[in-house]
Amino acid sequence: MKKLAQLLESKQVSSEEVAQKYLNRIKEKDSEINAFITVDEDGVLQQARAADQRRAQGSPLSKWDGIPIAIKDNISTQGLLTSCASKFLSNYKPVFDATVVSKLKQAGLPIIGKTNLDEFAMGSSTEYSTYGATCNPHDIERVSGGSSGGSAAAVAAEMIPWALGTDTGGSIRQPASFCGVVGLKPTYGRVSRFGVVALAPSLDHVGPLAKSVEDVAILFSLLAGSDPGDSTSAQIGPFAVPSWDGSVVKGLKIGVPEEFFSTGLNSEVEQAVRNSLKMLEEQGATLIPISLASNAYAIDTYLTIVTAEASSSLARFDGIRYGERVDAEDTNTMYAKSRAAGFGTEVKRRIMLGTYVLSASQYEAYYEQAQKVRTIIKQEVSEALKQVDVIITPTTPTPAFKIGEKRDPLELYLSDLYTAIANLSGVPALSLPCGTTSAGLPMGVQVMGDYFSEELILQVGSLIEQGVGGGVSGD
Amino acid sequence: MVTKYDTVIGLEIHVALQTESKFICGCSTEFGAPPNSHCCPICLGLPGALPVLNEKAVEYAIKTGMALNCEINRFSKFDRKNYFYPDMPTAYQITQDAFPICSKGYLEYYYEDKLIKTSLNRIHLECEAGKLIHSGDSIIDSDFSLVDYNRAGIALIEIVTEPDMSAPKQARTFLEQLRLLLNYIGVSDTKMEEGSLRCDANISLKPRGSTVLGPKVELKNLNSFRSLERGLEYEEQRQTEVLEQGGEIRQETRTWNERTGKTASMRSKGDAPDYRFFPEPDLPPLNIDESRVEAISLSIPELPLERLHRLESEYGLSRYESTFLTNYPEFGGLFFELIGKKLQSGAVVNFLMGDYARLAREKGHLTASRIGELLEILKEGLINNNQGKDVLEELYKSEQSPREIVKEKGWEMVSDASELEGVIARILSENPELVSRYENGEDKLFGFFVGQVMRATRGKGDPEVVNSLLRKELGQ
Ligand SMILES: [Zn+2]
Repeated sequence: MKKLAQLLESKQVSSEEVAQKYLNRIKEKDSEINAFITVDEDGVLQQARAADQRRAQGSPLSKWDGIPIAIKDNISTQGLLTSCASKFLSNYKPVFDATVVSKLKQAGLPIIGKTNLDEFAMGSSTEYSTYGATCNPHDIERVSGGSSGGSAAAVAAEMIPWALGTDTGGSIRQPASFCGVVGLKPTYGRVSRFGVVALAPSLDHVGPLAKSVEDVAILFSLLAGSDPGDSTSAQIGPFAVPSWDGSVVKGLKIGVPEEFFSTGLNSEVEQAVRNSLKMLEEQGATLIPISLASNAYAIDTYLTIVTAEASSSLARFDGIRYGERVDAEDTNTMYAKSRAAGFGTEVKRRIMLGTYVLSASQYEAYYEQAQKVRTIIKQEVSEALKQVDVIITPTTPTPAFKIGEKRDPLELYLSDLYTAIANLSGVPALSLPCGTTSAGLPMGVQVMGDYFSEELILQVGSLIEQGVGGGVSGD
Repeated sequence: MVTKYDTVIGLEIHVALQTESKFICGCSTEFGAPPNSHCCPICLGLPGALPVLNEKAVEYAIKTGMALNCEINRFSKFDRKNYFYPDMPTAYQITQDAFPICSKGYLEYYYEDKLIKTSLNRIHLECEAGKLIHSGDSIIDSDFSLVDYNRAGIALIEIVTEPDMSAPKQARTFLEQLRLLLNYIGVSDTKMEEGSLRCDANISLKPRGSTVLGPKVELKNLNSFRSLERGLEYEEQRQTEVLEQGGEIRQETRTWNERTGKTASMRSKGDAPDYRFFPEPDLPPLNIDESRVEAISLSIPELPLERLHRLESEYGLSRYESTFLTNYPEFGGLFFELIGKKLQSGAVVNFLMGDYARLAREKGHLTASRIGELLEILKEGLINNNQGKDVLEELYKSEQSPREIVKEKGWEMVSDASELEGVIARILSENPELVSRYENGEDKLFGFFVGQVMRATRGKGDPEVVNSLLRKELGQ
């Protein structure tokens, strides 16, 4: 991205040309990939021309002024369809921008469009979208991952240099891993959630996806910061993109949790992650076997909390204020029929589960129990991060699976097996490519760190990236 | 009513806090604005919008808690109460379930001349819903319903009493006194007709002397003090009759109908909604530090009961007078201002509770300086009490001061003895028969002579001088 910024700075290219280039690429590729729900051709060109004018006057809004971006379609963009890939919001144009979108606009980034996702971000494959599945650019018969599959695939297919995603249980990192790009789930509270359509507010995060660790760091620097509009936002200063001198590796203590390398893990993925670890060790890091035994309960805990919160977050969608009304003999039936028609299967499944776990007779057994386990998981992660600087694991147990392959929802939920722990505890986690399988599918490695240690995990990510020969900017 | 049963009543009172902006967003709380004109993405519950707490509302809740002798919890938090109804834009209410901001507490007040306490269970903060206007009687039988979200997101406190009251009239007195206290501390305008003070009641009966509570009935739609008392009276009677006929009381929610004067079943216990409470993930817990509590305690003014007792002890007023001045704070305020002008407390309270009270209710209050001047010229003897009444009426009609009015109207009292002696002599000579009857012991005729003199002076005769001159003339 630095290169592209320099070209814009020296006026060797214009923002308009850059936007046009990506629009052309979308036209060429997206009928196959289906990464975008909305492409705002007029809007992005207009914003790009405004950026060119600012540069001509010598007053760009930032170093990155005029570099376009794509936004996941559950993040509010004023006047631009924000559908959450749901029939319910298929005509919903917000009257306000999410805080992250305002921040990108303040930095001059033209918005090229909105990317596909699982309906209301509920899913791990971007198959549950009312706009159809997003395919993996490395193999269009495979899923892009989810729920930020559209953003990951758009970056991977070079239809956009960077994009925003959201991550509630792995929804940035898992598709990043499947599509061979870099994705960061920041510390809970480090990036504002204001304007991001809620799935599960206590687990929802917003973060960047890009081709390289550095680009992710740059985009993160534009997003991070406390927001008076989000009461759960952390009071912590801005994030500055570090220099990548690799010095962190000397004496770096890397925790390797055995539970993340056991049954169910694809052997090629295991090998790739072990190779990355070995390379870091050779450069001076120490590998320390640790245990995160509570991760065995992470998926159950995650599902209990996410469904509970989602059942509440989605209750407002009624067929009157949102979506289409299905007429019926009485008011309650009208609501019920409208909701039955407006939501997809997976969303309905989760609303029912969530309603059940919160019901007075089940609350103690499920929701309260899940909160207790969540506390234990948090404690275990915090304890582990007192002994080690970072924790490195595979991002997902397998590379991308085939579209339609996972019919059993429980099987699909397991693709968040290694990622949900960072949402439950709130620590930052980065996924980046660590090689490709013999079949040519990307694989991802995950680097987790202590609260607000984004700089460190990005530094470690950068070392892995150099080691595996990544870091190719999308320029 | 004499029965074999004790009545047990508890109240749940919702109070809209008089903050300038709403509880969760910056929108205005103004009442009566055009529908849906005080709304934003947050109070409309638009997808992705997040609530931000109004610290003033937190302050008011603490202030109320302190005025009601509650424990102010240093840690409290918010929960979601999930229910689907079109007046609630997010389909859940932000409230405090498990950890309210205030616990326990009590209100002390006079009821039937006895000072009593009603214990509180808790006070918690919550978010107001919008207002529905149905084309028919209810949402079920309307062709359409309209919703106004101006109210949505306003801060409420819910004050929950213990089942501590034993009579409908007591419940009413409690609510009136609670309302007065809320007015004193300035946290709410408590207008029942605008819905900024609402009350639900729980009522159950138990055999006299028993400690086991009977099944409770929750009463809704009590929109005035009168409805509260009447509704409870009806329910007390109904439950007594059911029990006396050997029936059982069902635990249920009933609604009061002011028109028919009856309660009707709304829903039974089995139909009670499951609100699926869980911690509100969009708001962090509230941590209240000691210095904040201290600062708020300094902002609490004199409370009604303190004022009542002070009026009695410092000014020697009767319970009746002190209660009047306490219960009508505008009168109380005038009282203290007038006392400051070196006027006698007795004269002031008599004036305020006399004709002035009627006029002030009809036409509004006069300033303390105009009232003060009127009381002064009465005290000086410039006019008599009769003229005082005329001047008071006049004060509502003109901008003039009492002295200017008296001067312009020529109402100065006649206390000049020689002028009055002439009048008296004339009247006595015109009524020789009556004079002789009086001399023969018909004492009550004295009043007749006074009246004649006052009529002749067009009411301006100084009553004291007239009395003493008459007595002298009639030979006493
Ligand atoms: Zn608002």
